[in-house]
Amino acid sequence: MAAMQGGFLANLGKVYGIYTGTFVGFTIFIGILEVFGVPNRVLGYLFIFLTIGVYALIGYLARTSEVSEYYVAGRTVPAFYNGMATGADWMSAASFIGMAGSLYFGGYGGLAFVLGWTGGYVLVSILMAPYLRKFGQFTVPDFFSARYGGNVARGLAVVVLITASFVYVVAQIVGVGIITARFLDIGFEIACFVGLIGILVCSMLGGMKAVTWTQVAQYIILIIAYLIPVIVMSAKVTGVPIPQLMYGQALEKIEVLEKTLGVTQPYTAAFVDARGNYSPTAMWNYFALILCLMVGTASLPHILMRYFTTPSVKQARDSVAWSLFFIFLLYFTAPAYAAFAKLEVYQDVIGQPIAQLPAWVASWGKIGLVGACDAANASEVYRLCAGVKGNGDGILQLSEFRLHTDAVVLATPEIAGLPYVISGLVAAGGLAAALSTADGLLLAIANALSHDIYYKMIDPNADTKRRLVISRILLAMVAIVAAYVAGTLGADILFLVSWAFSIAAAGLFAGLVLGIWWKRAGNAAGIAGMVVGFGLCMFFLLATEFYGPWVKASMSWLGDINIVKIRGRDVAYIWGINNISVGIFGIPAAFLAMLVAGYLSKPASREMQEFIDSIRTPSGSVRNVEAAH
Amino acid sequence: MAEKRLTGEQQAAYWHKTRNLMWVILAAWFFFSFVIHFFAPQLNKIHILGFPMGYYMAAQGSLIAFVLMCVWNARSQDKIDREFGVQDE
Repeated sequence: MAAMQGGFLANLGKVYGIYTGTFVGFTIFIGILEVFGVPNRVLGYLFIFLTIGVYALIGYLARTSEVSEYYVAGRTVPAFYNGMATGADWMSAASFIGMAGSLYFGGYGGLAFVLGWTGGYVLVSILMAPYLRKFGQFTVPDFFSARYGGNVARGLAVVVLITASFVYVVAQIVGVGIITARFLDIGFEIACFVGLIGILVCSMLGGMKAVTWTQVAQYIILIIAYLIPVIVMSAKVTGVPIPQLMYGQALEKIEVLEKTLGVTQPYTAAFVDARGNYSPTAMWNYFALILCLMVGTASLPHILMRYFTTPSVKQARDSVAWSLFFIFLLYFTAPAYAAFAKLEVYQDVIGQPIAQLPAWVASWGKIGLVGACDAANASEVYRLCAGVKGNGDGILQLSEFRLHTDAVVLATPEIAGLPYVISGLVAAGGLAAALSTADGLLLAIANALSHDIYYKMIDPNADTKRRLVISRILLAMVAIVAAYVAGTLGADILFLVSWAFSIAAAGLFAGLVLGIWWKRAGNAAGIAGMVVGFGLCMFFLLATEFYGPWVKASMSWLGDINIVKIRGRDVAYIWGINNISVGIFGIPAAFLAMLVAGYLSKPASREMQEFIDSIRTPSGSVRNVEAAH
Repeated sequence: MAEKRLTGEQQAAYWHKTRNLMWVILAAWFFFSFVIHFFAPQLNKIHILGFPMGYYMAAQGSLIAFVLMCVWNARSQDKIDREFGVQDE
């Protein structure tokens, strides 16, 4: 086994090269099946079950009974591959399928997600990853425990970790459910549990080791699946197959078409309201969201723990750069998807006679992703048309057209004139994105429960075998609970993702950064930071979301509070700030609390300061403070 | 591996350099995350290859800058580590 292990690590390039080649060959094979008239539904099944089968196989081959392999993949993952795994870990169904759609609708405003979900890696690189790698334990709460004096800090970090990761993983399982339901044509609740099996086969037996090597495989599929349709689209529209460079032309044409169509909020205009006027509120919301997403990136434990797996501190730093590069490949392509889709809609759909609409409108309309709502009875054909009154003149006006966010990525292969096999490929990519993120999150939660709570706090004498058994049981239990919540709450909860970022940012960021960069901070400071940041963030989150009118009535001394009807509730916006950016209150509060508590209480002990010096320096041993517990 | 420990002075000098690098990149991060986009409405009046520049910076320009910053940090920190002989590989 050890020899095999060495062989595998020495031949990573070959292994994944062959894997990629096989996958491309498989896609071509399915394309040939399509030519011979095999029904689309069968092709969809083949794609989904074959890819899940491959992940299961990797998960099985990477099974392990070693603690260090289970928790940190034996710290043998080279920077380049850890970058790919982090990319897959990072990019969820929301990134893969939803982001281009958000950009299609949000225009410039939607770019807050593109910026927010990339820039945070700079913070990871300069503030955290190398130092956490040097620290070299298993989990993020391990760091809090070692730095801030034991189990109180550990327990608090676990609470923040589980709260943030759980809302995030529920959103991921919803993503898995939506894709599985659509391509297997089964009910959403069942699809959530089918997806769950896909998630568990990757992670149950091999923990972090299995998840890492599956995520690398998943990244390869998802990036191929994301790039192919839009490259063909770009070649079709502009004659050059480099979408990231050529969609400027599309933007230019969109600008012209907007004038003829009478669009009041230009697509590329920055910080404007619905009437096209400059809006400071739009600007502050834009920056608040960017800040929360970036700081959240640098605080989410399922990402930070990926940098525990590299062989060295140097490789942890290199690995952040690779991660961001692999993530960048998808994120700088998403706006091209949105622009080409917008151009297609403005050019070939709006203003056309209903009888001459492109074929994709009807085919995606059937499953409720597109609506051409001109006729009075349009909702009989297009589910999306419910409640839209068309004027029935036989021409599709802008106000009569409806599009679901997911349609932008899903329909692009068909708009570009690609065969169905590419749609299957996109589904496989979306599934890879959702599964890989869910895997990473579940592992983070289960590890916090099994390593931090069970092993470190309840039974420090548990032997290796028992620890791993407990880990696996907890992993399966958390997964089932998350799938149950996802199946019950349904598809309307994707805003949870943004909350997860705010929660992690407010609860963990200050403690992590100052723990490394401010030697004086003692135990009281670390604990105060977490309690205040997380507490304030959760309070504002729950109060503004569920008790909006009460917030408006009782907290008007804070300043402007308005009520916005959203998600079927009266949600309070303090200073006009959307509550998905609620971290904007928690992050500074956590820093302030740490500074105040840090200066009022005793400075950290000499031993603690030595410990900090030792994690600041790549070489040498880590000088843990022993008596802290 | 024989344990090599820096003296207090060396440790301070090492951390001084590391910290300066951090602040410089943090400033660059702040510029490309916030400052430049503050001027998006003005930048949008400039078009290159069809891209309004304000839109371009948020969709692509800043992203490229972020990737380069991570590479820059990895390289420069490695140089500092080697200068003090504390690299770990």
